[in-house]
Amino acid sequence: MAALSQIDIARTFREEYGRAVAVLTRSFGDIDAAEEAVQDAFITAIERWPREGPPPSPAGWIITTARNRAIDRLRKDSSRHERHEQAVLLQANDPLDEDESVHDDRLRLIFTCCHPSLATSAQVALTLRLLGGLTTAEIAKAFLVPEVTLAQRLVRAKGKIRDAGIPYRIPEASELPARLIPVLAVLYLIFNEGYAATSGSDLVRGELCAEAIRLTRVLSSELPDEMEVQGLLALMLLSDARRPARVTADGQMILLRDQDRSKWDPVATAEGLRLVQRCVQYNRPGPYQIQAAINATHAIAASTAETNWAQIVTLYDQLLAIQPSPIVALNRAVAVAEVDGPQTALQLIDPLVVDLDRFYLFHAIRADLLRQLGRNEEAAASYSKAMERCENDAERDFLKRRLTELTSRAV
Amino acid sequence: MKHYLLSIYQPDGPPPPPEFLEPIMRDVNEVIREMKAAGALVFGGGLYPASTATVLTFKDGKMLTTDGPYIEGKEHLGGFDIIQAPDLDAALEWGRKLARAITLPIEVRPFQHNA
Repeated sequence: MAALSQIDIARTFREEYGRAVAVLTRSFGDIDAAEEAVQDAFITAIERWPREGPPPSPAGWIITTARNRAIDRLRKDSSRHERHEQAVLLQANDPLDEDESVHDDRLRLIFTCCHPSLATSAQVALTLRLLGGLTTAEIAKAFLVPEVTLAQRLVRAKGKIRDAGIPYRIPEASELPARLIPVLAVLYLIFNEGYAATSGSDLVRGELCAEAIRLTRVLSSELPDEMEVQGLLALMLLSDARRPARVTADGQMILLRDQDRSKWDPVATAEGLRLVQRCVQYNRPGPYQIQAAINATHAIAASTAETNWAQIVTLYDQLLAIQPSPIVALNRAVAVAEVDGPQTALQLIDPLVVDLDRFYLFHAIRADLLRQLGRNEEAAASYSKAMERCENDAERDFLKRRLTELTSRAV
Repeated sequence: MKHYLLSIYQPDGPPPPPEFLEPIMRDVNEVIREMKAAGALVFGGGLYPASTATVLTFKDGKMLTTDGPYIEGKEHLGGFDIIQAPDLDAALEWGRKLARAITLPIEVRPFQHNA
């Protein structure tokens, strides 16, 4: 058996982190205690797994070991509040792998992490940390904030959950629609983190996408008439369907226009299109439904040339009207380039530099428009800027290839 | 059970006319009655204007007594209720009822020790 490296073990822990923290938070009534226990279990795993091999059910092993470590720790540490100890001891023999209860625990944890008394930035950070198992560094990169800031944000948010008594429960039906808005925003961010991971060598971290889709599906089945939930699920499915066509066998990124559309997952596409159709029938549009409709327009087109770009521009106009943001304006400009040409698009995106200078995609898109206009020197400068700001290996390689093509042509 | 402070923030200046205030106070008293009936209210009440406040500062071994309020601003604490509730959601629900009745912002803040 190949020796298990610490990286392999860390990956398994990340995959199981949300499940473990959710279950243990219910047991302990305390998120910090749950996280600490999972960390203790990680140390035990590093000692044992390379020697004994990974356990058949890592999730169950992590939860059981974390619980046992927590009990050991509480026995030694008399300063701890007694009720925690009792809670741990009382629940130590709970069945661990009952899917229903675990799934409820994750929903509870999501609504706790996305409680409206927490700032949005804290909600997103907590959910990615506690349910997504992302590191503080990864979350900081996803939000373009310093790691120290993000770490403080997490500490303060967990402190508020504990001190203010934010409950660990699924909201009642009457409060659900309002409580859902931040949850959807957070799930979409998790999906995007999986779809184009901000750092590391995998362009796509499928398990994060799958996790976001899974959690959104749960919400979608419980709230079939909340069309934004359906819209978000459709948006995720239609994007995820393109996953097999987004990278080459050796991990290089392929743009939408160059993708082999026969590789798009027909099952996910069909489900996404059905959901978009339902949204259109309900006629209560929202940001996720509009973005799903944009993706549906791509999904039904046989090629870039046959795509209804005018409709996509119209949909972006609707999206900008209800949710103005420089990122939406940037994406709209890409669609405008297909309708009115790169010169018009360039004029639209140049003013966005104020907000998007740190965002690599802004420079990558700008570079591509300049390249189409034959302004190769400026394009090369923009590709370099994009590369400096891009932390994903596959995307950086793509930019590098584009840059090399440009400079070799110039010579 | 936890204790929460519901603070009522009120703009400075002369109080609104009675015909404006009376229906509001009726609604507020109704919420307070409800809090009492539910066993949620620990203590509470309205305060005289911030201009009636006195500030004590102990510094460098000396006690200074000055005219208040401590923080200058356009709004001050106009009153408060201390309630007990099982969790923040329950406390926020009382806070919402009070905010709806009083038509002023309510800040909900937990006490450090459990009830």
